[in-house]
Amino acid sequence: MMTRGFPVLLALVLATGIAALAFETDGFRVVTSAGARQLSVERTPQILPDAHLVDQDGTPFTLGAYSGRTVLVDFIYTRCPTICGVLGNDFAGVLRSTPARRSGAGAPIDLLSISFDPADGQDALRLYGERFGAKAPRWRIAAAADARIRADLLRSFGVVVIPDGMGGFIHNDAVYVIDARGRLARILDPDTPAQLAASALKVAAAP
Amino acid sequence: MSTRRLLVATCGSWLVLWLPAVRGGLERDMALHMAVQMPLLIALGALVAAATCRFEPRWLAAADWLGIAGIAAVVLGTSFWMVPRALDQAIADWRIDLVKFLTLPLLVGMPLGLSWRRMPPLGRAFIWANFIPKLGAVGGLYLGAPMRLCAYYRLDQQELAGWTLIAVAVALGITWFVAAFIGWTPSCGKRPSRPSVDGAGRQRALHASAA
Repeated sequence: MMTRGFPVLLALVLATGIAALAFETDGFRVVTSAGARQLSVERTPQILPDAHLVDQDGTPFTLGAYSGRTVLVDFIYTRCPTICGVLGNDFAGVLRSTPARRSGAGAPIDLLSISFDPADGQDALRLYGERFGAKAPRWRIAAAADARIRADLLRSFGVVVIPDGMGGFIHNDAVYVIDARGRLARILDPDTPAQLAASALKVAAAP
Repeated sequence: MSTRRLLVATCGSWLVLWLPAVRGGLERDMALHMAVQMPLLIALGALVAAATCRFEPRWLAAADWLGIAGIAAVVLGTSFWMVPRALDQAIADWRIDLVKFLTLPLLVGMPLGLSWRRMPPLGRAFIWANFIPKLGAVGGLYLGAPMRLCAYYRLDQQELAGWTLIAVAVALGITWFVAAFIGWTPSCGKRPSRPSVDGAGRQRALHASAA
């Protein structure tokens, strides 16, 4: 027998369920955690920790040192046989297609490849850099100064690294854009060097 | 099995599933996570519902007319935990996983156990005909996606999960078919009537204690 409770209960179930689904998918726009993060960063750029890093020449620096510059960041490990090589080539392309640091022409865009592999020592970083023609400070190949900083850094960028079952890693292949105020402003899907450069320039030109 | 023992067994199983080793082991693989852990959590809730349906308050049974509200909860709850982002969050944060461990038995399993038997055959057919293709479609999505949908699972695990969901969809389809043929429907035993004074029984008990 149908009672007055029926519409109340049904409305309660539908409202709660649909609200939960809408919340989880950012208004039915995303189904993946990567997509949700991309959207949230685009809406509100996120503050990053002033992490201490060491580059391929053994020079220590911090993320905060990039203040006033736009930086394209990717996450790599130097033994990576697949996606990191593609990312490396893309960054090399960006390097060629954007003006050099001291030329005074155009917006200054720097490149930063951060290794998440604790096994990557300075030699490994240097060799990786040589492979793609990376020279500090325009393109730094860097590693976190210690394990805690590494974990902090991965968390703040939203990078998840899982073992690939063959001694390597699987990780986000996104490219991250840090704006001149040191905030994470965009998360880009892997793209052509020209597109990556264009996206970075757009962030650099934003007020 | 008595209701009480069944409740103890269900709570015990829940706790076993929550043990870090079991939880981690089942969630390490996408197919195990989606096709073993989650259905088990739902089954625990459904078992409790089946064992305690005699005690269901009358107002709830009346408000859940033809089982519509309950089955709506089942559909929405299962949809929620099939979103790849929800899987990621459950792995990344134990508090979200606890939400999963509570909502699947309580808001999906129990409504399933209580409402399914109230739903008329046509309604059941409608739900089957929607749920099975949906499960197959999610499986197909996992199979066909060139990208990883979950940050915590490899592409090959995603593919295996896709095949597994399709297999589950097929198995459910066969189950539905068979159930339709033998005409089996779950039902609830009689509600407990007013406690009656059974004079003869009491006399027997007295004799037994005297002997």
